Parts: sequence; structure tokens; C-alpha cells
Amino acid sequence: MAETLRIDPTDRFELHPFYMFRWEERQKAYLLMYPEGIVKLNETAAETLKRCDGDRSVTEIIDELKEEVKNGPNPESASLVEKSVCKFLEESSAKGWIRKKEGGLEENGNR
Amino acid sequence: MVIGKEEMEVRLDGQGIPLWLCMEVTYRCPLQCPWCNNPLDYDTYRKHELSTDEWFRVLHEGREMGALQIGLTGGEPMMRDDIVEITAEAGRLGYYTNLITGGVGLTKDKLEALKEAGLNQIQLSIQSCDPAITNKLIGADAHDKKMQVARDIKALDFPLSLNIPVCRESIDQTKEILDMCEEVEADYLEYVQIQYYNWALHNRDELLPTKEQVKRSEQLVNEARERLGKKMTIYFVVPDYHDKFPKACMNGWGAIHLTIAPDGTAMPCQEARAIKEIDFPSVRDHDLSWIWHESPAFNLYRGEDWMKEPCRSCDDKEKDVGGCRCQAYLLTGDATNTDPVCYKSPHHYIVEEAITEASRPGRNTLPYVMRSVQSAASLRE
Repeated sequence: MAETLRIDPTDRFELHPFYMFRWEERQKAYLLMYPEGIVKLNETAAETLKRCDGDRSVTEIIDELKEEVKNGPNPESASLVEKSVCKFLEESSAKGWIRKKEGGLEENGNR
Repeated sequence: MVIGKEEMEVRLDGQGIPLWLCMEVTYRCPLQCPWCNNPLDYDTYRKHELSTDEWFRVLHEGREMGALQIGLTGGEPMMRDDIVEITAEAGRLGYYTNLITGGVGLTKDKLEALKEAGLNQIQLSIQSCDPAITNKLIGADAHDKKMQVARDIKALDFPLSLNIPVCRESIDQTKEILDMCEEVEADYLEYVQIQYYNWALHNRDELLPTKEQVKRSEQLVNEARERLGKKMTIYFVVPDYHDKFPKACMNGWGAIHLTIAPDGTAMPCQEARAIKEIDFPSVRDHDLSWIWHESPAFNLYRGEDWMKEPCRSCDDKEKDVGGCRCQAYLLTGDATNTDPVCYKSPHHYIVEEAITEASRPGRNTLPYVMRSVQSAASLRE
């Protein structure tokens, strides 16, 4: 069960199709909903998950977020982005929220 | 954006919102399960079911209040001709929609229509890996149909959640049942001990497993969890009778959960009508916001003011909210008593006696009282 996932910078992640991820005005937050469960995400998690579209690579996600942080209220924390994103990808992958998008012919076969 | 050290999951604050809306769209059902949690007079609701438009109004008002998850249940929700329309409206409004079904009536065409309508997940009940036992337990020849539905659900890429209500007759098959779930590639498995309300309470002595059975079963479930990991998420719901502490029922009365019965009666949980003294409001007379925030019924056991000893001075009262009000009422006659499952309850002996009786060697086995209009009449006498 406790498989450890190494994040490869070229990996592309996508939201697992069982999950619904959306903004909820009432909670002023992004939510992840799944059978019998609701999770409210913090900003880092939400901004990362938004970009897990099966298209962007981990490197691309990190670069985009670094850029956003640099333009935000705490530009000095840009150095934390990489660690933070990788931690989120590892944890949410272990929870089954996201999965690696396989390339090539298997693309439509998923699981 | 801000990068912080905070946890990625933020506590979802109920903010006094009914996050979970459980819609019992009908009590009609082709099955006769002896643990059914519908009231004994389920048949009288037949003529008073909410219309499609009335259910739409409930859905709209719920979303306005911030409700997020919908459970479409029954009875058998597939008995409603408008179940696809109701599902579509829920999906359109942004709910995460769950269909809780026994599988009868869930044809391939219906499944495809529900997929189209935006249904998010289906929880299918199966009672055993042995067709003869399933069919005996539910009083209908439906095991094979249920298995076919499970495969159809997978074929349409829905997450497959299997709900296995466990009783004495099936609990020793835990290993075989787990194998069956693995074989149909269930994504989620709810391996749940029956809760003793309504029909189940009348059949309690026949349904309640022994402590040893529960222990063995839990061990097998844990082994399967270890082996299957995230391939199949298993929820093992411990039977509260065998527990020392009561369950934090519904996270508290009127905390995050709102149930609507087929006739529009609004309740903090599906069992709440067990407490005869309470006059529950109807969505036919009031809007959901008034019902949730203002109605006397929903405020009755909110917070801690209603608690008596031993709850009042107990360190665990926030954790377990005093257990279940309905169970306290059904077993002690007073809903403000501590749930007798709690070892501190002066009524705990009632639960202990039930367990002793379940385990007594040589006890006479009685046939189940199956859910039917006839048996309801005889139980009321």
C-alpha cells in the first residue's frame, strides 16, 4: 500500500475522473468532492491541482507558479514553490486524487 | 498567490450549512430487506411523494444554502420515473450526486441516461457472494442482476461503490465477499454493520453478529486493505453495539446533514421519526432555510444544552456528541439520555444484554421479519 512516488519533472498529472474539483463561492475556496467526501483545499494545493490537466509537465507547473508568486504579495517565497508543489503531488497522488497521465497508445486505456 | 506551510487540506467549516442533502425520493422498493431503515408505515408515503418540481425546489434551496453533496436514495430511487431528470437538475446546480440503489431497475439504458445527466457515483448494495444467501436476505431473486449492474457501472466508467450490509448470516463470508468485490473491481467498498433502527431493530437478535465474528471479519478487512491499497478503498463501519464509545451520529443533530422523506418531511437524519414526540417540518410548508435555521425540530438537540449526565460533564462530549439521539430514544425512551452504547451510560446493560443474547449458545433462531405491508401490520399490533 505505502508505495512511494517519485516525482519526475517530466511527469504529467491529471485529476482522477472520480473527483470533482471546483470553486465554491460560499466556502470561498476550491473544493474536491468524491464519493462520500468533501475536501477544502488551500491555495497552493488548488493552484497546483488546477494545472494538473494531463498537459502540463511538473516543471511547467512549477515555473508557472513561481511566476505567480513572484508577482504576488510575498515574492521572496518563490523558492518554496518547488518543494511545495512536489509535496502536494506526492500526497494527492497517494490519496488517489490525481494520477500520472500515461503517454502514447495507452493514453485512452487509462488505469 | 501565497505559498505557506499550512496543510493542503483546510478544515471544511460547516458554517451551519447542511453540506449533505439526503433525498429519500420514494419508499417504494422491490426488495424486502429485514434491516430496511424506512419506517414501518413506508407504504402510506406512496400517495404523498413530492413531485418532480417539488424536488427541484428542494435542490435549488439546498444549493442556495451551500449544500454540496446529494444522496438520491429510498426505498429504491430507480422506482421514480423522473430520477434522471432529478439527477440532471442536481448536476446542473453543481452538486456532487450520489445514487444509492439496490440495483433493480438500473438497466443499461437508465445507466447511460444517468451518466449523461451528470451522475457522479453509484453506491450499489450487495448482500453476499452467495446468490442463495443474497436472495434470501433481500426476499427477491436479484443477486445475478446486482452483479450485472456492478459490471455495467464499471463499463460506463462510474466509480463503483459497493455497500455490503453485514449481518450474522453473512459475516463469516467476509473473505469470499472481499474477493467478489475485488473481482468486479469495486473502487470503494463500504463494509457496514447494520444499525438497529426500524425494521433492523425488530430483527436485531437474528442480525447481530457475535463479538468473535466481528473481530475475525475486521482482521480480514485489514488484510485486504493492506493488499489492495488505493485500488479499493474499504470503509469498515464498526457495529456500534460492539463498541465502547458511541458514534458521533451525523456529526451532531442538525450539524451538516439534512434528510428529506418522500413526502417532504425534513429531518436531521433518516431515522429521526423514531422520536415520536417531535413534529418535523415539511418542505411543502416551509423553505429549507427556515427548516434548517429556525424550526424547533432542528434546534432541539443542537449544541450541548440538552445534554444530561453522564454526557454533560464528559470530556468526550464534543467528540461523540453524546452518540445517537434516536438510539437513546429507542432503547431508553428518552432521546436526551446518553446513547446506551456508551460504557458510561446507566442504560449500557441494554446493549450488553443484546450482545449476550446474540452469542448465547443454543439460542433459537427465528425467521427474519421481512419488510412488507403485512408484517408491518403485525408488528404494530
